[in-house]
Amino acid sequence: MLQLENITKRFFAGTVNERTALDGLNLKLGEGDFVTVIGSNGAGKSTLLNVISGRYTPDEGQVTIDGRRVTRQAEHRRASRVGRVFQDPMAGTSPHLTIEENLAIAFGRGQRRGLGLAVTGSKREVFREELKSLELGLENRLQMRVGMLSGGQRQALSLLMATYAKPAILLLDEHTAALDPSRAELITRLTGEQVARHHLTALMVTHNMQQAIELGNRLIMMHEGRIVLDVDEKAKKNTTPEHLLEEFGKIKGATLSDRTLLD
Amino acid sequence: MVIAAELGLIYAILAIGVYLTYRVLDFPDLTVDGSFTTGAALSAVLIVSGTPIWVALIVSIVGGMAAGVVTGLLHVWGNINPLLAGILTQIALYSINLRIMGKANVPLLRQSTLMTPLREAGLLGTWGAVAIFAVVVAIVGAAVYGFLGTGFGVAIRATGDNELMARSQGVNTGVTKVAGLAISNGLVALCGAFMAQYQGYADISMGIGLIVAGLASVIIGQAIFGMTAVWQAVLAAVLGSVIYRAVIQLALNAGLNPNDMKMISAVIVVIALVLPQWSVFKKIRHRRRRVMAAEAV
Ligand SMILES: Nc1ncnc2c1ncn2[C@@H]1O[C@H](COP(=O)(O)OP(=O)(O)OP(=O)(O)O)[C@@H](O)[C@H]1O
Ligand SMILES: [Mg+2]
Repeated sequence: MLQLENITKRFFAGTVNERTALDGLNLKLGEGDFVTVIGSNGAGKSTLLNVISGRYTPDEGQVTIDGRRVTRQAEHRRASRVGRVFQDPMAGTSPHLTIEENLAIAFGRGQRRGLGLAVTGSKREVFREELKSLELGLENRLQMRVGMLSGGQRQALSLLMATYAKPAILLLDEHTAALDPSRAELITRLTGEQVARHHLTALMVTHNMQQAIELGNRLIMMHEGRIVLDVDEKAKKNTTPEHLLEEFGKIKGATLSDRTLLD
Repeated sequence: MVIAAELGLIYAILAIGVYLTYRVLDFPDLTVDGSFTTGAALSAVLIVSGTPIWVALIVSIVGGMAAGVVTGLLHVWGNINPLLAGILTQIALYSINLRIMGKANVPLLRQSTLMTPLREAGLLGTWGAVAIFAVVVAIVGAAVYGFLGTGFGVAIRATGDNELMARSQGVNTGVTKVAGLAISNGLVALCGAFMAQYQGYADISMGIGLIVAGLASVIIGQAIFGMTAVWQAVLAAVLGSVIYRAVIQLALNAGLNPNDMKMISAVIVVIALVLPQWSVFKKIRHRRRRVMAAEAV
């Protein structure tokens, strides 16, 4: 479903500030895989997701999504096959647009945006049904501007917007990190539900060790632009946060993200 | 005051154009000063040459849109800062407008224009003309409002509101920006075409400083009437334009001379931009927002 071959991404190449964010990284995800990603600050996790989504073009290597080479394809062109939720709840929605207009943008992904009404009665029905699955009562506030919603509500909406078009790959970058614990739990549960419902292939960066172990069927650990540990489903069942920390300690100079939560 | 209302309504079309770039796209577009004159120049020259008025209007709109496309491409392809892209097009248009007109001023006085029937019926300078202008502006405003509710229109709004989100949702933000600038400048040029017919001539310098008038209209309208919904924002730009012309009229009546108007325009915009940052006004706005949030729940 997703294949990354020998991906290298440098910032400020050729200057004293040169920084290799991804260093010959290889990763292959099969259909329906749900991989959690942990790692130190600056390990290249966000850069990895940005390379997959097309926000960054890698300096070397190939990105293949769903059998198609997309390495140099513009972000908006591959958007119909990539869904994203960002850490910042403000990033995934448009604050001055209403809930229904935001959904219209997301549900029209991969289709031509023409001069037909963005929001019609029949679309509104679909939006309502979809919003109900979030259990936040948003289905009764279609005409409310998204800027009025709380961070948790916006993040739930972002999740719906990212998953509805059934992307080939769903990218989640610490998307519960900015929320309080109860909201984070809600978003985590909704994430699991949406992934299961649409049978999505997903890559989820998290700083929550427990979450990284509990969710998904594979766990990878990144350090300095490389994957340094790859835990499959079976091994993942038996591992503990302490064990992961221990593994991490074996890598020279490595410390886990300063936002790491053990439980 | 009737004259101020007439002027305000004609310039409202420009204000709607400026609203599209400044507010919707979050792109302060200085092309306006040039594309307004382009619209005036094209329609004046075509009318003088005997072209039907509706053809002249369409050509004016297309000319303005082309100017918007140039600014858009300078920004999107050339990676040129929005302000600079607009200035570059505006300066280039000065030469182009002179080419179009062949001289600095094209009179329309003996020509038959859209204003001729109004003048013959004795309506110009009366509330009758104001009502007719209001209907025209209402049609333009409704069209823009309708457009902003289409799939493409919402994509343009998302581009101005959260560009990264728009792109990650598959919106080609380069295309939406260029299109938004084109539509905006098409409206501005249409306004120029109307203005040339209203005042009876096109002049190379008639667009100078109009971006400031447009901004003043948008900002004043928004400060007074709010802009929660799109229809409100469009209406606010129109009313802002009328209020702005009324203020100018009052200043003239108070004995200031027409050459001082650019100064006054600039001061109005500065006040409108700075005042809301002062704590007293901030408090008022916060209170209003809280009330709105409470109502929305
Ligand atoms: N747009 C950018 N410009 C310059 N350098 C960047 C950019 N994005 C990332 N980097 C650098 O690349 C490296 C990897 O950053 P990245 O954001 O991918 O790390 P991360 O694993 O997501 O870290 P964190 O846990 O802090 O989110 C860092 O050294 C960072 O400074
Ligand atoms: Mg990161």
